[in-house]
Amino acid sequence: MSNGSREGVQEALRKTGVTALFFGRLLAACVPALARPRLIIAQVYNAGARSLIIIMLSGLFTGMVLGLQGYDLLQRFGATSALGIAAALSLLKELGPVLTALLFAGRAGTALTSEIGLMRATDQLTAMEVMAVDPMRHVAAPRFLGGLIALPLLTAIFIVIGLFGAQLVGVQMMGVDRGIFWSQMQSAIALKDVTEGVVKSVVFGAVLSLIAVNEGYHADPTAEGVGRATTRTVVASSVMTLLLDYVLTAAFL
Amino acid sequence: MADSQPTLHPAAETDAVIDVRDVHYAIDGRPIFAGLDIRVCQGLITAVMGPSGTGKTTLLRLITGQIYADRGRVSAFGREVADMGRAELYATRRRMGMLFQNGALLTDLTVFENVAFPVREHTDLPEPLIRNLVLTKLEAVGLRGAAQLMPAELSGGMARRVALARAIVMDPEVLIYDEPFVGLDPISLGVILRLIKQMNDVLGITSVVVSHDVHEIATIADHSYLLSDGRVVASGSPAELAASDSATVQQFMTGSAEGPVRFHYPAADYATELLGAERG
Repeated sequence: MSNGSREGVQEALRKTGVTALFFGRLLAACVPALARPRLIIAQVYNAGARSLIIIMLSGLFTGMVLGLQGYDLLQRFGATSALGIAAALSLLKELGPVLTALLFAGRAGTALTSEIGLMRATDQLTAMEVMAVDPMRHVAAPRFLGGLIALPLLTAIFIVIGLFGAQLVGVQMMGVDRGIFWSQMQSAIALKDVTEGVVKSVVFGAVLSLIAVNEGYHADPTAEGVGRATTRTVVASSVMTLLLDYVLTAAFL
Repeated sequence: MADSQPTLHPAAETDAVIDVRDVHYAIDGRPIFAGLDIRVCQGLITAVMGPSGTGKTTLLRLITGQIYADRGRVSAFGREVADMGRAELYATRRRMGMLFQNGALLTDLTVFENVAFPVREHTDLPEPLIRNLVLTKLEAVGLRGAAQLMPAELSGGMARRVALARAIVMDPEVLIYDEPFVGLDPISLGVILRLIKQMNDVLGITSVVVSHDVHEIATIADHSYLLSDGRVVASGSPAELAASDSATVQQFMTGSAEGPVRFHYPAADYATELLGAERG
């Protein structure tokens, strides 16, 4: 192995170790952080409520595209009555959790990383330390928990709006029977399908929030460093989302 | 730290609140301190001066237990900082207040909430009491009227005064100032200077002021240390330092580029480099 690649591997291992240790400290800090629900609620608002518009718009258009493409495909087999099932399954199991996670990484993840990174760069985290206030408990843990709570909620909203979009195109525009659209969906979707979506969104929420908080917390305390950390958040979040999606899908089959 | 007699540190027998003994510290192999000795005595204003890059801020980080010395010992209130567990370290930090160079105010909170922050974190005082306490401290720094402003709306001098109010809100025994005069206009500078003196006179707070503003600090300091090359090169009252015949002290006090402290970063010969560039 050449020197360069050996250093690369060592650096990757070191980073993995740092992240793992940070995750441990973060989990430990979550327990006392729960005693301050107001801080967590503020972060659910920051990461969740402020992402609502982009999530709802994306959900609507995703659903509408599903309606169009689904109708086009199913009518070739004379199976347009299955449009409701097709839309619901794709949204519940894949598109809802994955697209919401990707949008969350771009909207809330970057905001978390740059906020914490700038707090580091402007000595705010050090000031807390010196005031005998643990920044892990006061800054990192509430943001992690906020993201963990917000992402599944956003996913649910994405799916509901997406179904409405699919219905809008399939039923209102293409003329699929409204009763068939909903009743087929109701009879074919099992609890397991919903569970898969919920589990995925919770896992994505935990992993993406961890990535965002970790990158911000360990960002170089310079303008350039915070910028790089923000980029890393988006890249790592996107790759992890798609990778974990495959793993979880395989686990549920 | 391997020391055979950790029970009774010399600081406990004297009035030294903070005692830095023979401290060695290096960052990435580059030595910052090589045998640093500094004592901060009860009720006095101790100034730590030195050219930029002599590790003045690093010293403050050592004292507050954010980093630990490679060798030597740092004690606060008679206990070695490196020996403290997390709970004791936090308890010790609560007896100290620190003013950061840039204020380090929490940007998502108002001025009022910034000053109230340590109180809310560490006590269960009722809201009216917190309000009175915060307004009293803001009045002391002349910014009661700015209570509802956000940090982004403050000038540099105002931000530092808010940070000072926050640093004293828990009535610390020791106040640590990191470059409190940098970038201030003459009025703000005068105000901060007087505030430091008042905190010391009226409240009896022991003060450590890290600064390279020689003339400002000379007007209030009881005892000064001059750092260079990782150790103390001179110490004494401002008058003693001014009268010192050490070349380093004189260079620092008079602000001369020529002297034992190099102004130029090490480089190749000037003429050679210029001519070399022409030829290349």
